Amino acid sequence: MAILEVNDLKQYFYINPGLLAKLLGGKQPSVIKAVDGMTFSLEAGEIIGLAGESGCGKSTACLAIAKLRELTGGIVHYKGKDIAQMTKSEVKDYRRQVQIIFQDPYESLNPRFTAFDIVAEPLRALNIGDRLEVSERVLKTLELVGLKPVEYKDRYPHQMSGGERQRVGIASALVLEPELVIADEPLSMLDVSIRAGILDLIRDLSDRMNFTCIYVSHDLSILSNISERLMIMYLGQLMEMGSTRDVITDPLHPYAQALISAVPIPDPAYKRPIPNIKGEISQPIDPPPGCRFQTRCLKMMDICCSDDPLMKEVKPGHFVACHLY
Amino acid sequence: MLLRIKNLRTHYRISDGIVKAVDGVSLYIKEDEVFGLAGESGCGKSTLIRTIMRLIPQTAIVSADEMSFRGQDLLSFSDKEYRDQILWGEISLVPQSAMNSLNPVYRVGNQIVEALQAHTDITKSEAMDRTERLFKGVGLQPQLTRNYPHEFSGGMRQRAMIAMSLALDPSLIIMDEPTTGLDVLVQERILRELKEIRKKKKTPTSIFLITHDISVIAEMSDRIGIMYAGRIMEQADALELFNEPYHPYTLGLKNAFPSIRALDRELISIPGSPPNLLEDIPGCLFAFRCPFVIPECREARPPDLEVKPDHFVACIRTDHVEAFRKLAGDKKTWQSSKSTT
Repeated sequence: MAILEVNDLKQYFYINPGLLAKLLGGKQPSVIKAVDGMTFSLEAGEIIGLAGESGCGKSTACLAIAKLRELTGGIVHYKGKDIAQMTKSEVKDYRRQVQIIFQDPYESLNPRFTAFDIVAEPLRALNIGDRLEVSERVLKTLELVGLKPVEYKDRYPHQMSGGERQRVGIASALVLEPELVIADEPLSMLDVSIRAGILDLIRDLSDRMNFTCIYVSHDLSILSNISERLMIMYLGQLMEMGSTRDVITDPLHPYAQALISAVPIPDPAYKRPIPNIKGEISQPIDPPPGCRFQTRCLKMMDICCSDDPLMKEVKPGHFVACHLY
Repeated sequence: MLLRIKNLRTHYRISDGIVKAVDGVSLYIKEDEVFGLAGESGCGKSTLIRTIMRLIPQTAIVSADEMSFRGQDLLSFSDKEYRDQILWGEISLVPQSAMNSLNPVYRVGNQIVEALQAHTDITKSEAMDRTERLFKGVGLQPQLTRNYPHEFSGGMRQRAMIAMSLALDPSLIIMDEPTTGLDVLVQERILRELKEIRKKKKTPTSIFLITHDISVIAEMSDRIGIMYAGRIMEQADALELFNEPYHPYTLGLKNAFPSIRALDRELISIPGSPPNLLEDIPGCLFAFRCPFVIPECREARPPDLEVKPDHFVACIRTDHVEAFRKLAGDKKTWQSSKSTT
């Protein structure tokens, strides 16, 4: 059963022109379409990767799904329930079941809290359990993420390395035993030699605790390693979605093809092809009709400037939003 | 030989003791080659290049057996002589976070003109012409010289910094994490442009590339060095380093790095974290995380052993490398060594 169904998710931001411009020119506010019609669903227990360049709207989409922002449009169903229509107690429950692992373990932990307090905070905030139960759950979770409770529970963030801090961040997301975890670039601040350990941890815990995970990153090498399915996003829209193997080895969308061929390979003997793409990424401010990728695409046709491409299932489980298919 | 460094040490004295940020680094860079230095954060790679560029605080304690550029002894240069004769003209730098290295209140072109005029006798209009040509060379439109840094995207600022580093036609460009923080498509273009610039230039240019990203190093470099805790553990020809690595740290790094060309390969992390550089550790600094450690490793510092021509390894157990290479691919090998994170 699908645990999460996202249907035509839209998140717009409005930029108001200055007062003078309004008085003189009657200028209309411009719209940033950060997320513009995103549709996908998640099966319980899977890890899905969301890839895209900076500014493509991947973090905005995550915040919208976690109900940390009011949606501009579209519906998000969590276990069949519309998250916009939830009652207060349902929202509280949703807050428990959906957790975020943040990007920067150096900035997302309160420097005045010990590891124990950081992990206990979500329980305390939601009034879950008495002192004894809180303590029990915190110590258990620290153990789970590979930090010996006796050694680490009284440490402050500055007394830990980056990898240890990220483990604390993961523990505080997992202490509520969530069913959906959104990991927003959890490795980008960590060193290569410890990244693999954190990846293993997320994968292993998702098996053991049976949570579903949206793993957001700009790094396709990492996504290709952890996610079972992969979504590629460009300027607020999904371009391609499919099993990781299909998308990486046989990308269909011209953007996905360019992106994947630009990823450097740790092998000096490998000669990488030159990506087929022109121009630079722009911003989704008042985008023209048609495909978002039209300005950079080398295979652009007339229809690309007039009609929005719809997601089509080109091969079983492999979707692409492009007029070529 | 363009640059030769022997046994360079840069230590910082702080209230808790002495931080041995760079501790006995020997390396050389030949004419017309790209030397890539890979290392994790805090391994001393930035200190190393700042020492070469003389950008470290006066309180730092620097010593070296040799530091020479085209045979000239750099250690004998005064700061002024170094600035006049070497900096920018012979060795230039593209600093880390080049994004923030431009002065926000000056037009980008004028900043390069200023650098040109400070080091040469050309007139302002000549300098402007040259700046526009430099901009073209790195794929920026010449009229952009009149723009301010905030009007540039991250990739454009990086290109402007590269243009500036090329301004006086140096024979060595040091690049500190030149593409970190850029999107992969932008990174790809900048790396490709760098290769083209080197090809097009009339005089040979060497690049000393420093980054934590082994994929970028692999793609760009002719030779590679692997740095750890203030020392270089292994350096060799790029292909040789990847195909026949000797040092256990290199072996570990290779396993830890994901690749979209090897979807099924299991990643293996190196347990533990780098040592505290404040402590006095007599032996090999990787011994704490090394699965192949023997008591002798902790006794004395391993010398740089030349296992093959131009291939140096700081490890005393290179005789057993065949066995290590086999074992390193197995996850259990690494788990058995101590420590958690």
